[in-house]
Amino acid sequence: MSLGLLLVQGLNGLQFGVLLFLVAAGLTLVFGVMDFINLAHGVQYMLGAYLGASLAAWTGSFWLGLVLALPAALLCGLVLEWLVFRHLYERDHLSQVLATFGVILFLNQAVRAIWGSAPLQMPVPALLEGGVQLMPGLQYPVYRIAILVAGLAVAGLLWLLVERTRVGALVRAGATHAPMVAALGVDIRGLFMLVFGFGAMLAGFAGVMAAPVLSVDPGMGDTVLILAFVVITIGGIGSVRGAFIAALLVGVIETLGRSLLPDLLRLVMAASPARQAGAALGSMLVYIAMALILAVRPRGLFPVRG
Amino acid sequence: MAEALLAVAGLRKRFGGLAVTDEVSFDVAAGEIHAVIGPNGAGKTTLIHQLSGTLRPDAGSIRFGGREVTGLGLARRARLGLARSFQITSVLPGFTALENAALAVQVRSGSSFRFLRAAAAERALNDEAMAVLEQVGLGARAGVMAGLLSHGEKRQLELAIALAMRPRLLLLDEPLAGAGPEETERLIGILRGLRGRYAILLVEHDMQAVFALADRISVLVYGRVIATDVPAVIRANAEVRAAYLGEDEAA
Amino acid sequence: MRAALVVLAALAAAPFLGFGEGYSLTLLARVMILAMAAVSLWLLVGGAGLVSLGHAAMLGIGAYAVVVLDDARVTDAVVVVPVAMAAASLFALATGAVAIRTSGVHFIMITLAFGQMAFFTASSLAAYGGDDGYTLYGRMTVLGHRWLEDRMVFHYLCLGLLALVLLGTRMVLGSRFGRVLRAARENPVRVEAVGFSPYPYRLVAYVLAGAVAGLAGVLLANAAEFVAPSYLAWQRSGDLLFMVILGGLGSLQGAVLGAVGFVLLEEWLGHLTEHWRLIFGPLLVLSVLFLKGGLVGVLRRG
Repeated sequence: MSLGLLLVQGLNGLQFGVLLFLVAAGLTLVFGVMDFINLAHGVQYMLGAYLGASLAAWTGSFWLGLVLALPAALLCGLVLEWLVFRHLYERDHLSQVLATFGVILFLNQAVRAIWGSAPLQMPVPALLEGGVQLMPGLQYPVYRIAILVAGLAVAGLLWLLVERTRVGALVRAGATHAPMVAALGVDIRGLFMLVFGFGAMLAGFAGVMAAPVLSVDPGMGDTVLILAFVVITIGGIGSVRGAFIAALLVGVIETLGRSLLPDLLRLVMAASPARQAGAALGSMLVYIAMALILAVRPRGLFPVRG
Repeated sequence: MAEALLAVAGLRKRFGGLAVTDEVSFDVAAGEIHAVIGPNGAGKTTLIHQLSGTLRPDAGSIRFGGREVTGLGLARRARLGLARSFQITSVLPGFTALENAALAVQVRSGSSFRFLRAAAAERALNDEAMAVLEQVGLGARAGVMAGLLSHGEKRQLELAIALAMRPRLLLLDEPLAGAGPEETERLIGILRGLRGRYAILLVEHDMQAVFALADRISVLVYGRVIATDVPAVIRANAEVRAAYLGEDEAA
Repeated sequence: MRAALVVLAALAAAPFLGFGEGYSLTLLARVMILAMAAVSLWLLVGGAGLVSLGHAAMLGIGAYAVVVLDDARVTDAVVVVPVAMAAASLFALATGAVAIRTSGVHFIMITLAFGQMAFFTASSLAAYGGDDGYTLYGRMTVLGHRWLEDRMVFHYLCLGLLALVLLGTRMVLGSRFGRVLRAARENPVRVEAVGFSPYPYRLVAYVLAGAVAGLAGVLLANAAEFVAPSYLAWQRSGDLLFMVILGGLGSLQGAVLGAVGFVLLEEWLGHLTEHWRLIFGPLLVLSVLFLKGGLVGVLRRG
């Protein structure tokens, strides 16, 4: 294990963390503002990737694919909101979990029916091809750095939006005192749709960005969804800041754990059991970290509601 | 002099910059009915929360039965004999009145980690639960789901649950809240029947009830106890009249 | 409990009513085993008010205990069943100790995450087939006898255990313990105010449910003679939760009705089209939106 490997995996972890944040941000806002637990948020990410990949193939341009995929993802989100989710806001969490679970089953299958089960490829745009030299003899892909930068930029934008604008103030107030905001005469339904659509688009954006480096397949949304849940649980449900910190944490722990633990364990045990134990432990690491954090702070790092 | 059953000393609680409980000290002797009154926003509810263990005070101490309980939670204090009733009725709507009371009996009669024998068939639990229901005049309604009882009956059940715990101190948070004139009459009668058998800390808005029942009254204004004395003295206290009764008369 | 008794009687009679051949019996075994798991989940959701989205992990751990023992050539039920149940209970104890400190939506997410942790762990166990799963050498023996190879014996074993689990859960719900548990679901503050701390009761319920799900896992492994990480996938947890809701939270027997309804629906739609989830998903959504009270509710109204 070299310093270079550590650096590369650290960067990969941060990049994965940023993608997780884009998904988790929508999830945590939707939950914070609407008290709505949306399992189907992961399929927004998947839809983003599929739409991006197909639109890029159709137009022959990554950039056109990206630009077209965003409104398409937004539209999908709004249609789902109109068809299913808005009928669930008044229901208990159990109903929300199940109904959105049904939406996942449907959409995962629909994706399979339309695009097939085989993973889709999305090429890296020419502008972002190649690599940069991190250390002598160590190249890191430009595209991955672009993901990191784009993700951080969106995170910054989101922070400005939530902390510095009137709509953001309403969203924050809605997260803590929804009935109060409604009583002030704010169109809470409209606010809900706005937040919802915005969250869907963020997740879609993450999906498009991830498409060239991760495999685009029908189950991709589920994996991200569960990690995004871990993120918002650790970060404190409803907190964008918490989601950001927790997303980077989870991204790094997950990536480093899976890649480095087998090597680390080889220092103390034989190669074959080390590989097995390392793989098992690496995949558990995020959840163990979550358990430890929650054991100390049951409401997450930055609880919004008291 | 023996220590009072409940001794509160120097209790303080701040929310942000606002002192909602400010150096509150008072005590409740065994068998005494001690009322706490005060205008809205005086901090009565916050005080109840701290006494029952749902809110941790910033400073000060609460001693109950000669024992420091400041750091204990709601359930631990309840098991020590501090029974709390709720301002907003808090019964188990899907349980019968009898089962509501039987649950409270269950706490102090053996382990509840029993898994197979039907609790509803335990004579000992049911008999005691029935006795407290009779005591508050709900005997005839024992088999009714608590959610289907009238508001007044729920207030009675609330009392019955507290009594079923066989407490040493009843912490009654506005037991008359929302009750109509007839129901109020009945509830006051029940409370009068408890006099001398239980120590009671009574937080109540109904002044007539308070002056009729209390042995001593503490007046809470802006988080501070401005007076503690027998009803006649409180009634005559100029500061109390200004802060509280005056407001009542104006209204 | 009438509806559940009817279902149990129907299951008892099924082999003599034209459902005695291999395919039907396999399907019925699946119904009974999942019903058992659904009953254990009902104890949590309907009894304790704990919405777990990681219950398949308990089932899967039971199944993987069979795998690990099978790999070590330990195949007798006398050892396998207690070990599997203990393993599932231990997992429930460890994860429940953290999860039950939280409530509501946090609990849902944490159980989901722990379930996923178990799933990834199972996937990474290369010695037991990893993602591809593990084929057992054969069904468990009982005191050295190969009785369970006989489909009819296995059928009635599942039926007997399901009846036992149903009866046991019913007794637990009615006991002192169950009363505290149900009361804490309805109004936790009330329960604390009379002197009970809900935590230990919920944790014990979680462990009990884990043990029963572990038993169902043992049966599931033996029914298919095959175990794969997909047994622990979070979608399976969603399925179990759906069974509980489909049947209805108002009554324990809902879990049994829900499991029957779920498996039959899945089976029927699976025959119609390869993309049966395109129908199943929307049906799930519709049943949540409109089928309040579940199948039990429909039976009561009808």
